[in-house]
Amino acid sequence: MKATVHVMLKTGVLDPQGEAVKTALGALGFDGVDAVRQGKVIELDLAETDAATAETTVTEMCEKLLANTVIESYSVQIG
Amino acid sequence: MRAAVVTFPGSNCDRDLAVAFEQTGFEVTRVWHKDTSLPDNLDVIGLPGGFSFGDYLRCGAIAANAPICREVKAFAERGGHVLGVCNGFQILLETGLLPGALMRNANLHFICKPIGLRVDSAESPFTAAYGKGAEITVPIAHHDGNYQIDDQTIARLDGEGRVAFRYLDNPNGSAGDIAGVLSANHRVLGMMPHPERAIDPLHGGTDGRAMFSSLAEMLVSA
Repeated sequence: MKATVHVMLKTGVLDPQGEAVKTALGALGFDGVDAVRQGKVIELDLAETDAATAETTVTEMCEKLLANTVIESYSVQIG
Repeated sequence: MRAAVVTFPGSNCDRDLAVAFEQTGFEVTRVWHKDTSLPDNLDVIGLPGGFSFGDYLRCGAIAANAPICREVKAFAERGGHVLGVCNGFQILLETGLLPGALMRNANLHFICKPIGLRVDSAESPFTAAYGKGAEITVPIAHHDGNYQIDDQTIARLDGEGRVAFRYLDNPNGSAGDIAGVLSANHRVLGMMPHPERAIDPLHGGTDGRAMFSSLAEMLVSA
């Protein structure tokens, strides 16, 4: 079973890398980019076959390691 | 007095930290990240700077889950002293022993230079010898030193004397100009600047030495 985790900086946390990407896009002539936020996508291949159990386990992984919940939020997608 | 310095794959200030402890009277044992126990009768653990596990995932995140870090955490929770410098600070935040998080520097540059700090709390064995308000110069060398924490928590930390150091001229965007913080019992210190790189005149300054000698004096008198 596959799981996909998206990790993003929480709303309100300044994202220096996103700001730099936005500036670089402007320099390339891409006008009208109001905001850029940069995050991570983590793909997992799991032995688990039950979707509900997989979601519980991956959520625990996010809390313990994959995200730093002080500054980051995460979402889990199963399948 | 006994100190342990932990080495992770990618640590690069472990020897410097060990030398700083040795020169201020500590007997130092080097500990490997896969070790599952600490030396007996330990007074302080040093978590060194560097790029543990290549800064993969987040700085310090993998190291914080290394086997030795369970022991470091238990040691701190028993009231032991822990000093985390640079990557060591990042690891302490990832273990949850200290509050807040470190992000990429606001200007996105790796910054490597001596920097002015103000001692904002002398209420710890690491900072007592400086005295509150003292200004010192210590090197920084980091890419991810932008300390982030909410304003309410900063106010609480200030009230509890837990902001150990502030930058005189904030180099990295840190909230409240914070360069180093203490745990609730004031025995765990995490900081981005490198005191161990300022202990010998050949380093260009010796302002970091008092941090180690301050701890040593406190332990001797205890």
